[in-house]
Amino acid sequence: MEHIVIIGNGISGVTVARHIRKNSDKKITIVSAETDHFFSRTALMYIYMGHMKYEHTKPYEDYFWKKNRIELKRGYVKTVETKSKTLHFEEGDTLQYDKLVIATGSKPNKFGWPGQDLEGAQGLYSKQDLDNLERNAPNNKVCKRAVIVGGGLIGIELAEMLNSRNIPVTFLVRENSFWNGVLPEGESAMINRHIQNHHIDLRLGFNLKEIKADENGRVKSIVITETGEEIDCNVVGLTAGVSPNISFIKESEIETNRGVLVNRHLETNIKDVYAIGDCAEQRDSGIGQRRPIEAVWYTGRMMGETLAQTICDNKTEYKPGHWFNSAKFLDIEYQTYGWVFAKPRENEAHFHWKHEDDTKCITVCYDTTNNKFLGINTFGIRMRHEVFDKWLTEARDIDYVINNLPEANFDPEFYKHFEKDILSAYNNNLQTA
Amino acid sequence: MSNKLNHSMSLAKPDVQDISTKQKIALATGLVGLLILILAFFNVNFPNRAVFLTLALSLITAGTVVYSRDAYLTKLEGIKNDGVWFKSISSRGAMGWALGVFLTAFYIVLYFYAELLGAGQGANGTNTGLIALFDPLSNLLSGRDASQWFVYGTLYTVAIAAFGYKFILKYRHNKYQQIRTVSVIFFQLGFAYLIPEFMHVMNSDLPYYDLKSVWPLNYYLFQDYHLNQFLSAGNIGTTLIIFGIVSTLVITPILTYKYGKRWYCSWVCGCGGLAETAGDSFRQLSSKKMSSWKLERWLIHAVLVFSVIMTVGVVSSFLKGGWVDGVFVEGNYWLSNEAFLTSVGLFLTVIFAGVMIFKRSELGKDALYGAIGYALVILSLFVVYFTGTNEEIFFVNSGTLKSAYGFYIGSIFSGVIGTGFYPILGNRSWCRFGCPMAAILGFQQRMLSKFRITTNGGQCISCGNCSNSCEMGIDVRHYAQKGENIVRSSCVGCGVCSAVCPRGVLKLENDSMDGRINPTEVLLGNDVNLMDLLNQK
Repeated sequence: MEHIVIIGNGISGVTVARHIRKNSDKKITIVSAETDHFFSRTALMYIYMGHMKYEHTKPYEDYFWKKNRIELKRGYVKTVETKSKTLHFEEGDTLQYDKLVIATGSKPNKFGWPGQDLEGAQGLYSKQDLDNLERNAPNNKVCKRAVIVGGGLIGIELAEMLNSRNIPVTFLVRENSFWNGVLPEGESAMINRHIQNHHIDLRLGFNLKEIKADENGRVKSIVITETGEEIDCNVVGLTAGVSPNISFIKESEIETNRGVLVNRHLETNIKDVYAIGDCAEQRDSGIGQRRPIEAVWYTGRMMGETLAQTICDNKTEYKPGHWFNSAKFLDIEYQTYGWVFAKPRENEAHFHWKHEDDTKCITVCYDTTNNKFLGINTFGIRMRHEVFDKWLTEARDIDYVINNLPEANFDPEFYKHFEKDILSAYNNNLQTA
Repeated sequence: MSNKLNHSMSLAKPDVQDISTKQKIALATGLVGLLILILAFFNVNFPNRAVFLTLALSLITAGTVVYSRDAYLTKLEGIKNDGVWFKSISSRGAMGWALGVFLTAFYIVLYFYAELLGAGQGANGTNTGLIALFDPLSNLLSGRDASQWFVYGTLYTVAIAAFGYKFILKYRHNKYQQIRTVSVIFFQLGFAYLIPEFMHVMNSDLPYYDLKSVWPLNYYLFQDYHLNQFLSAGNIGTTLIIFGIVSTLVITPILTYKYGKRWYCSWVCGCGGLAETAGDSFRQLSSKKMSSWKLERWLIHAVLVFSVIMTVGVVSSFLKGGWVDGVFVEGNYWLSNEAFLTSVGLFLTVIFAGVMIFKRSELGKDALYGAIGYALVILSLFVVYFTGTNEEIFFVNSGTLKSAYGFYIGSIFSGVIGTGFYPILGNRSWCRFGCPMAAILGFQQRMLSKFRITTNGGQCISCGNCSNSCEMGIDVRHYAQKGENIVRSSCVGCGVCSAVCPRGVLKLENDSMDGRINPTEVLLGNDVNLMDLLNQK
């Protein structure tokens, strides 16, 4: 019986395992150094905030794996020997595979800051990171202030987490507005204000120079590059993005760049070795306008769905559909469908509407040559994935989209609707434009 | 694997976050109000009962109101679940257990030892103790002294109103939650509390009848003593019997078809009302295990079958007649016992056949359970009919059946366990495992209703907030992460899963029956060809 070994028990690895099981009787083993069972990484923040406990973050009950004959092995893969198809574990043992799936996800970026490895300086990605945070910042007596470095999605989640335990937070963001490499100006500015409304000390346009240690080698303070200001703190959150977690295969014959290089079939340069999820890098270029490495929950899942077909003898190319994503910035939900870039590109324009309460807004991107709808960002208003996916496929124009917005609304019943406001703002905009 | 040192068993300092000074004062205020009630329970004689009762209820309400305002209005609108699994009271810590024991004890006294509350313990059968404290209010409303049920009803109503206010503030960004909560407060205060008292004033022959309490939740509605009281009250009584029948057979199915069982369970029902308001802090405690779901399906349907058999038996013997002064008097009603049993048998057969013919494919294994359940009911009806002995169904006296139901289901299950165990089993254990009304509504919701919770394409990140906050123990995430709509019998449509979802994935909707149940292999967002291939399989 063919033995499929999957390194990594995150959403990518688990999805490929589940779908292989649905389609075959192959022997499946999932290896993880992180936890015994699959849990939802996206929910780590809720454990710290006390909304959930660790066991609630497991999408499948523990009996699931045995019932579906998916073997789970706890261990850290030290090296991969592709010639003999053998995994060597740090613990000393080995495992033979017939086909290998690398799904090891990411690790937090560290950019060589002085003091970045001190006790109390940490990222937030793994279960171990969460355990560290619980030790480093259990309450505001042990952790009198935390400094977060890096204004992305993990940074703002970490800020929300620490805020939930009344730990004062200083949030150092390199850009001059929060996440403005991705978000258009109006949205980014709205989120800046929302962060400040939560009493988070947001410092825009500042970089970390160094982290200073106390006599015990613990974080004592940080210094800001631009001003030289020293801020006392007990925890430094390093949340300046993530990169593929693949150091263990650097020695092997598997070709890597930033991530494990794969073709559109998610195959590496070595036969019977595949890579999916955060750690995979598309060899030629990103698919469509997607980036070559996509560290997104659902792309990991989709790669798993696709690769399972290939492994079960139905060779399938990875072809993600229209781009979409979502996040939550403290209390404001964000969804995006299609492409809206921070600044309109050539022949593109943005229509932006913001509600006066400063917690809801949308930005619609369209092609100025033919008015084709290209994408939408929505804050504080839920919208239907299915409807936008259809409109993007049908290549609707912006007029159609704005006029039919009620169809896309996904807010709970009895919520106030803003489609009329949006439409009249849009019409006014046209007249003045 | 615990991430947090478990503080919750600590009595000295159970919570991560200290509560504010204002909250402490509010808590003390509420406890003083409660103390007055406890002193009354221990027969402390208050000089002016009306004043002290008003004081007690006002202090409890004011304490809750001030506490809630400080807890929620000092923060921005949004989800307020910080620390629920750290707080001792809401995570089965020492305080949770203490509250559970207190509530359970209260229910045992209420149901079985009302004399301890002072019911009829004074001279000439007047009240003493706690019940006497409520006499002035009862006299004001209906001109009679209080009973333990009046005391219970008052406290119940105050709890729903005060904690309902808290819930509205907690969800002040969510219109659905607010309107729904106003609705349960309205139905409790009006229908369950005030109207029955006024009905008594208008016609003192009428039995207590909470118009919104529908059979079979209202299991005593068609019991012999109740029917006798109705009939002796004249036309109004007969009208109320007819209203009771129409509620079950006409109003309920129509509303459930249009809106799902939520129209009742989380908008109208008193049990649901208490669970959603006073019980809100405990919603995360319900078990999401597959084994609990299995237990739930067997238990709730068993209670339903029990309640149908019991009611049919009781009505059947009522129609046949009864013993008056040692002489058996034949029943003389327009509906004969035979006609009643035959029509019940026919009705159940029609439902059974309808489901088997039209909905067979949706049932799967459950069909078997349903079949056995219904077959048992129908079989037993014929046993009743053919054995012809006056009061025996299943060779058990209908009176015995009635009192067994009242004791085990009406008191122990719905009261002592259902509410007493809030801090242990979660706030909906009665609704989930025991309520026969929920079973009927749920059955229809699963089979014939426009209601579903829609999932939003491929946006789910499997975080589990939805499942965690489902008071009915539905593993919502199981469906959401597959992009599959949630169509479950037990869903009461409280809408909290949708509220807490950080990615806007869930929406409660009433829409067409077509495509309501949509199991998928691959979610929206992946290669269209792959989706087609797998989803059509």
